[in-house]
Amino acid sequence: MKPAPFSFVAPESLDEVVRTLAEHGDDAQILAGGQSLVPLMNLRLARPEVVVSINRCHELDYIRLVDDRLVIGALVRQIDAETSPLVQAECPLLAKALPHVGLPATRNRGTVCGSLAHCDPLAELPAAALALEAEMVLTSAAGERRVPAHDFFVAEMTTCIEPGEVVSAVTFARQDPSERSAVREVSNGGHVFPVGGVALRWASSDGICTMARIAAFGVGSVAQRLRDAERALVGSDVGPAAIAAAVAAARSEVDPTGDIHADADYRRHLVGVLLERGLLEEERP
Amino acid sequence: MTDEVEVTVTVNGRTRQSRVEPRRLLVDYLRHDLGLTGAHIGCEQGVCGACTVLLDGRTARSCLHFAVTVDGSDIRTVEDLADFDELHPIQEMFHQKHALQCGFCTPGFLLTAVELLERTADPDEAAIREALMNNVCRCTGYANIVDAVAEAAVELRRRSSA
Ligand SMILES: Cc1cc2nc3c(=O)[nH]c(=O)nc-3n(C[C@@H](O)[C@H](O)[C@H](O)COP(=O)(O)OP(=O)(O)OC[C@H]3O[C@@H](n4cnc5c(N)ncnc54)[C@H](O)[C@@H]3O)c2cc1C
Ligand code: FES
Ligand code: FES
Repeated sequence: MKPAPFSFVAPESLDEVVRTLAEHGDDAQILAGGQSLVPLMNLRLARPEVVVSINRCHELDYIRLVDDRLVIGALVRQIDAETSPLVQAECPLLAKALPHVGLPATRNRGTVCGSLAHCDPLAELPAAALALEAEMVLTSAAGERRVPAHDFFVAEMTTCIEPGEVVSAVTFARQDPSERSAVREVSNGGHVFPVGGVALRWASSDGICTMARIAAFGVGSVAQRLRDAERALVGSDVGPAAIAAAVAAARSEVDPTGDIHADADYRRHLVGVLLERGLLEEERP
Repeated sequence: MTDEVEVTVTVNGRTRQSRVEPRRLLVDYLRHDLGLTGAHIGCEQGVCGACTVLLDGRTARSCLHFAVTVDGSDIRTVEDLADFDELHPIQEMFHQKHALQCGFCTPGFLLTAVELLERTADPDEAAIREALMNNVCRCTGYANIVDAVAEAAVELRRRSSA
């Protein structure tokens, strides 16, 4: 099918974007890489009246360090974040998550912020954002507010973005060079959407785990921090007993549903398997 | 509400200027407005890869872009690969290795292979399969496509060292 008619605006600055959004309110929808919105429009599951493209806002195409945060602007394509030496050095977890997002042709155009705003329950980046304690920068004609990832992702395809707001950037916690991190997922058909996965990072000192951030995707209606699993690890030696405890905690704190790709029990089991593989840094997916 | 918008793009080295409806997909713009029917339409959801073009040098699904969003871009389609009647080495190897049957998927595979071989001169089989795994072919069973890309890599290396 073809998209329903719409009118198109392509502002060249963030100021102009938020003015355009203020003018059109609920009728306007942001277009970033288009790799989720355009399929929905082709299927007429989305029918925005006014499409506001941010593809000309070159001021939003930046990756930079600001104090203890890595900041990624709204026009940064997934492929450019994935290959950025700054991202690889400061947020290796994000660099490890990005190759799992879609396929090269979609990463060439899709944006980091677009994936977060889209909030697909199967998407990798919302989980990476939770594990990296991300903060979304929401800009509107009224100004700017910053929302931590755990408040930003509300439910399936639902975030706390209000009409008139655009995600102008996302900031991530810089990882300590001694931290370890992993992303593990399972998918049915190569590099398409996974059925479930985990994103995690952890630090140890003298063999004792001092910090753990674990998030899961695909095993609930929205990406989820696994705080019980984290608690099972912190203070432990991340040995077999601690890993078993974390796996059990992870399985009991998720609430997956079943679909044609996998049933709920499989997904609950999977989250534990992938957490264990991630912690052991096994090379299997 | 849906007034036509002016779009200027460079397609296969030629500057093209048109007025299009905002909802005009890039693939339809290429096929219907410019008469370049090499990019095919399979799924219109980004999954099959038949509509793949090079957008500013990188593969993109032309079914997932509006012509208006790529205003100012440089686009290459399969029509740009052959040099008059001389096939591009990747095309030549597809021909020699029997890498197509109906040919519907072929433009997408060719441009995906162009991107791969521009980035990696000497990919191993795993790298070739990884690069091609998101293009769908219902005819060949893929083995000959993988062979053709491997041979094309050899040929391109031979030419660049000659
Ligand atoms: C074949 C295929 C496979 C895919 N596989 C995966 C996968 O495995 N994992 C995965 O995570 N994704 C996958 N995707 C989706 C991914 O490619 C998209 O890039 C991503 O979900 C959306 O980013 P985008 O920049 O393309 O956003 P768009 O499609 O432009 O926008 C998506 C939504 O977010 C909103 N939005 C975008 N940017 C902003 C902003 N700055 N502020 C406010 N709202 C905004 C839009 O209004 C829209 O509602 C796949 C897509 C395809 C076509
Ligand atoms: S038609 Fe574009 S990917 Fe299938
Ligand atoms: S040759 Fe027929 S689909 Fe590939």
